[in-house]
Amino acid sequence: MELAPSRLAPQDVLRVGAVGLSARKLRAGLSALGIAIGIAAMVAVLAISESSKADLLSSLDRLGTNLLTVAPGQSIFGEAAALPDQAPAMVGRIGPVEAVSTTGAVDASVFRSELIPTTETKGLTTLAADPSLPATVGATLADGVFLDAASARYPAVVLGSTAARRLGIARAGGGVQVVIGGRRFTVVGILDPVTLTPALDTAALVGFEAARRYLDDEGDVSSLYVRSDPEDVDDVQSVLALTASPEHPDEVDVSRPSDAIEARAAAKSAFTSLFLGLGAVALLVGGVGIANVMVISVLERRSEIGLRRALGATRRHLGIQFLTESLLLSLAGGIAGVALGAAVAGAYASSRGWEVVVPPAVMLGGALAAVAVGAVAGLYPALRAARLAPVEALRSV
Amino acid sequence: MTAVLEASRLEKRYGSDVAALRGVSLSIEEGELLAIVGPSGSGKSTLLHVLGTLERPSSGTIRIDGHPASELTDRALAALRAHAIGFVFQQFFLLDGRSARDNVADGLLYTGLPLRERRARAEETLREVGLGPRLEHRPNQLSGGERQRVAVARAVVGRPRILFADEPTGNLDTQSGQGVVSLLRELNRTGTTVVVITHERELAESLPRRVELRDGLVELDTKQAA
Repeated sequence: MELAPSRLAPQDVLRVGAVGLSARKLRAGLSALGIAIGIAAMVAVLAISESSKADLLSSLDRLGTNLLTVAPGQSIFGEAAALPDQAPAMVGRIGPVEAVSTTGAVDASVFRSELIPTTETKGLTTLAADPSLPATVGATLADGVFLDAASARYPAVVLGSTAARRLGIARAGGGVQVVIGGRRFTVVGILDPVTLTPALDTAALVGFEAARRYLDDEGDVSSLYVRSDPEDVDDVQSVLALTASPEHPDEVDVSRPSDAIEARAAAKSAFTSLFLGLGAVALLVGGVGIANVMVISVLERRSEIGLRRALGATRRHLGIQFLTESLLLSLAGGIAGVALGAAVAGAYASSRGWEVVVPPAVMLGGALAAVAVGAVAGLYPALRAARLAPVEALRSV
Repeated sequence: MTAVLEASRLEKRYGSDVAALRGVSLSIEEGELLAIVGPSGSGKSTLLHVLGTLERPSSGTIRIDGHPASELTDRALAALRAHAIGFVFQQFFLLDGRSARDNVADGLLYTGLPLRERRARAEETLREVGLGPRLEHRPNQLSGGERQRVAVARAVVGRPRILFADEPTGNLDTQSGQGVVSLLRELNRTGTTVVVITHERELAESLPRRVELRDGLVELDTKQAA
């Protein structure tokens, strides 16, 4: 007579694996929690970093990557160099250049009133600026208006966002005045923070003509802001130094502010790997927790193992049962962790006003990582369960 | 009558000097009800394990239902246990937190029958052992005697060719014990071959056949003596 083999149907594998868990709910919950925390940390970190990167890149899209700045560098003797007066005009003649604006350093400090000691400059600078500056660098006004051809000739000033805050000025107009170089200037506008050129945030901007007339400053050109055709940014960048200062092209610093933002996005990724590493450690600890619980479970359930062998289970059936149990634990922990991580990332991103980005690959990866940990953690306990001799298992009560 | 189980010159040694079985031969025919009795240390538990294929003998042969158990692989032995052998243990070994019906249905788990079928047969068997009203009760809601009845139901739900009961009354009071024994008799009357392992002489003497063990040897087999 042929003997039918022992069989354990796939749906019974799941059922049997779940039995051990449902009998010890608290313990199962706690060990799944360990995995959940690790996965949640990793998912949250990845999703937050993605959201922040997406936000940076979308602001970059809005601001454009075709802005270049030209500033005097240092001469080979280490002295501060200056740009030639003709530099703006020459740069403006480069074919793909669409707009050029200049600012000039003005040697005068800005104060809220005459009563402030002159040493308290609050880290603010005074710059002479072209009326075209906001259009070129993509600056917007929080309040008031920017300098125009008329106000550039009179004692009028536009404050950068940080400068306005430090001087304690919330609104332009209404005759609010500040003191620059001992003279009163009327605040006509306040800028929003300028993402691409943060140097403007701490500046008080006056017209070139006003600087000459009231501050006795020639307003040497200190920076050129250049918008070029987006197609030809690289070409323009390569000729800018030579065009701006044909005699000393090596004394000119050319930079592309959007590069700095991209670098910031990359720097965030470096932090991300650090946190990701911490999440991985948490996950590892969670895995050790599961292995621990499973080993204890195998010890405690020796009689169940013996009984199942007596009922006709093969070694493999027992191994599969305990491995399934471990996988179910870690999968439950993984799913809870993904949900928790996504929720944390969502809350953080919306508190920052970012668009929430939780990449599906991250969610899937989180669940898979949990299952992989469960498989590794469950392997040894499963082998122990499988190796236990039936008589050995039944004897131990 | 055909032999359900045939054991010849079984020996079981642990290490080099401990011998639990020292040449036991035994033949059990279909429909028999017998007791294997002996004091503790006589080797009766080892004999149960070896006959029930839970443990391999050091030497000797066993045939169960025509299968040469001593030559089978581990997987084949598991299959033999799943289909042809039932066990009842002194400690019941019911799974806590699962209903009587699910515990009994587990007796069929490794035969590959679908769950619906397993449950249907479990209910039927529980009614046969007089636990029809206790289908959904959990082990901790049952008395000791009832638990052992559930265990017996689990052992016979697959209609095994032979049922081994290891000290089935050992954890029960006299009355519950008698109930379980009469259940085993009842099962035997309807055709199940039952082997009871016990140290209680009284119980052993009440059964049709008695095999007495001492120091790993058969001291008396009432069937051979007759």
